Amino acid sequence: MDFYSFLIQVLNSVQYGLLLFLVASGLTLVFGIMGIINLAHGAFYMVGAYMAFALSSLTGNLFTAILLGIPLSLVFGAFLEWALFSHLYKRDHLEQVLLTYGLILIFEELRSLLVDDEVHGVAIPDVFSASIALNDTLSYPVYRLVISAVCIVLAIGLYFLIQRTRLGMMIRAGSHDRDMVQSLGININLIYRTVFALGVTLAAFAGMLAAPISSVFPGMGGGVLIISFVIVVIGGIGSVWGALFAALLVGFADTFGKVLLPDFAGAIVYVLMAAVLLWRPEGIFKKG
Amino acid sequence: MSKHIPLILKLIALGGLLAFPMADSPFYTELVAKTVLFGIFAMSLDLLVGFTGLVSLGHAAYFGIAAYTVALMTPKYEAASFWTTFPSAIGISAAAALVVGIFVLRTKGIYFIMVTLAFAQMVFYLFHDTALGGGSDGIYLNLKPDTTLFGGKPFDLDNPFHLYYLIIATLVVVYLFLKLLLRSPFGKVLVGIKSNEHRMKSMGYRTFGYKLAAFSIAGGLAGAAGYLYAVLFGFVTPELMSWHQSGNVLLMVILGGMGNLVGALLGALAFVAMQEVFSTWTKHWQLVMGSVIVLSVLFLPGGLSAVPRRLKAALTGGGEK
Amino acid sequence: MSDTMNNDVLLVAEKLTKRFGGLAANQDVNLSLERGKLHALLGPNGAGKSTCINMLSGDLPPTEGRILYLGQDISRTSAAQRSQLGIGRSYQRTNIFPKFSVFENVRLAAQSRNQRAWKIFADAMNDKTAVDKAMAAIEEAGLTSRAQRIAGTLSHGEQRQLEIAMVLATDAQVLLLDEPLAGMGSDESHQMVELLLKLRPSRAILLVEHDMDAVFAVANTITVMVNGQVLESGSPEQIRASTQVQQAYLGHEEMLHV
Repeated sequence: MDFYSFLIQVLNSVQYGLLLFLVASGLTLVFGIMGIINLAHGAFYMVGAYMAFALSSLTGNLFTAILLGIPLSLVFGAFLEWALFSHLYKRDHLEQVLLTYGLILIFEELRSLLVDDEVHGVAIPDVFSASIALNDTLSYPVYRLVISAVCIVLAIGLYFLIQRTRLGMMIRAGSHDRDMVQSLGININLIYRTVFALGVTLAAFAGMLAAPISSVFPGMGGGVLIISFVIVVIGGIGSVWGALFAALLVGFADTFGKVLLPDFAGAIVYVLMAAVLLWRPEGIFKKG
Repeated sequence: MSKHIPLILKLIALGGLLAFPMADSPFYTELVAKTVLFGIFAMSLDLLVGFTGLVSLGHAAYFGIAAYTVALMTPKYEAASFWTTFPSAIGISAAAALVVGIFVLRTKGIYFIMVTLAFAQMVFYLFHDTALGGGSDGIYLNLKPDTTLFGGKPFDLDNPFHLYYLIIATLVVVYLFLKLLLRSPFGKVLVGIKSNEHRMKSMGYRTFGYKLAAFSIAGGLAGAAGYLYAVLFGFVTPELMSWHQSGNVLLMVILGGMGNLVGALLGALAFVAMQEVFSTWTKHWQLVMGSVIVLSVLFLPGGLSAVPRRLKAALTGGGEK
Repeated sequence: MSDTMNNDVLLVAEKLTKRFGGLAANQDVNLSLERGKLHALLGPNGAGKSTCINMLSGDLPPTEGRILYLGQDISRTSAAQRSQLGIGRSYQRTNIFPKFSVFENVRLAAQSRNQRAWKIFADAMNDKTAVDKAMAAIEEAGLTSRAQRIAGTLSHGEQRQLEIAMVLATDAQVLLLDEPLAGMGSDESHQMVELLLKLRPSRAILLVEHDMDAVFAVANTITVMVNGQVLESGSPEQIRASTQVQQAYLGHEEMLHV
């Protein structure tokens, strides 16, 4: 592998890892703060990708699609929390698994009814459709760099949100003791709704960003969900920075695995997870 | 007398299963056979979920591994021996569960759910991506296993009725095996672990070993079901170990009421029945299924299995919140 | 064990220390438990008594220091291993199998002493050793008439007795009892004190307890802990006379003059 091919793989790894981080951070926040296992989280990624597809064919532009898609996702997330997830806080994990599994079936069928079961492409916006030439034969698409840049900005934003804002403080407090926070007069229901809507939007946004490079297809949420689980297991439940680290690790392992060990590429991240389980069963960035 | 009623009901049900092929409907005979083997699959998972308190969301892996074992052990133009493939399939899936168990049992709660799912996905990709088992297309089992033993053929798996009775016999054996297991000191420890693992440890039980044994046994029994599936339908694909399959079998266990072997069987029956009925209504039957699941969690805490109890409480005026 | 070994030291804690982050929950705690003696651990809430008992039982690994059982270092062994050695414990918050019968709770405890636990086709009820041992422990704890009741339906005091029965069924030589009298009425407390006195001669007991009447009625030795450290250790008379202890319990002195 020469330098430029290597560079391309590194950039791809980072881009893939950062995109996974967006999905996994929402998952780990919902796990860590609300104590809910959400199998339907991957479906939000799918919903985002299909929104990008539908809205950009409607408006003719991915930007407009994303601008419309973000508030839609927020509302969608808040609605789901109100209608369904708010009833799950005091239930056991098994019932959470059951309800969110049912949701996956519903989302997949709605997708099939509203769109269809075909694979669809989404056009990269013209401004970013160029590629940067690396040498005579190799070039790198600008759009992938844009994805990485947007993800980095979001990660920084998330850091400030959690570490520096009042909402973030309440989020951190809420993760420790629901009743205690409630007794301080903080509206925990509102916090949970916000966190959940944020998680949904992060996943959906990741789906919208990814749509032009991965296309949109049935079942795309399932794969992302399980990879996100792996990331949360490696990083430690509730740890956003663990998720960032683990997502990049998985991004590299998967990307380089596909190049170096194509037959076992699908399994390689799970081997990584197995190794972490032997070493630190509660994740590398386990809290406390 | 009344304490014999459950036994009598079970014998009647068994009689019904045994007499079913008399109805002379190959379609329904195969459907019942499929239901029964899913029942075996669900009972194996119930040992983990309902009796040991281990919510595995990756149980289809062991079902699939056994199915692939018989498919891979069968040469293209020749039948393999039932007497070697059946034990091998069970043994290999039990061994796989043992290895996976060493990893996943280091975790608890939400972690355990995620990690069992992830390991099943790893197995899925091994068969999906590599040429080992025909890749994503899977492989056909051209010839059903040969049952010749000491020169005689006690039964013939090419005969649908014989195969049907083999599946029923496996059900009975697995059921009795689990009944004995749960009555034994070993089984009592599993139920104790489900109730209060911390206390079991402080009473001197090394619970990891017990859980690992249960995980492996459950894997082996799922393997028995997976073997029968491969023989019944004659082909295997990676989809057999997909996470939807794991979700479905968990659904069967929950539908039937966890910690109840006959319940697991009824859960499988309910699942297959819903699948059949809903799919005659619409191609999008999973939409109905998903809605039923979501609504039942929201409005029936404690699961469908709690419905008779709640009804009874309502009818007798007994207050249950 | 023969009577001549009655005064043998069974369990020793040497400079036991536990830190959570920077906070020392236990600092250089020394304790010694002898057969035939009841050693009580006193101290205000947050003094580190539960942390101490958790380290002795193997529920928490010590940060520093050693735990010796019959002279052997067991500091790094698991709770299950210590139980097998003969160290049994009860919990401050009732920790039983609420849906099982009283008998099954204790039978499970008794079964843990027996490798038959791995037999997967024998009927558990045919394991006569475990069944007999369970019945004996239930009787010793005074629960015979409750044996078939579902444990969760017992009164609070009876559930505490059940905890003790479960420890006894494991043949424990060292009993680590975390507030067995907590939440008990006076009749129930009285019964528990009788039980402790009955158990004392044949075993080594560590008792964490707030009920001063009970402690002074049953203890041979008392150790007082404050802020994770041992303040004073000695006979009940010495403790009662200690000005240091009185200062630590300022405002509660009357409790020490019962």
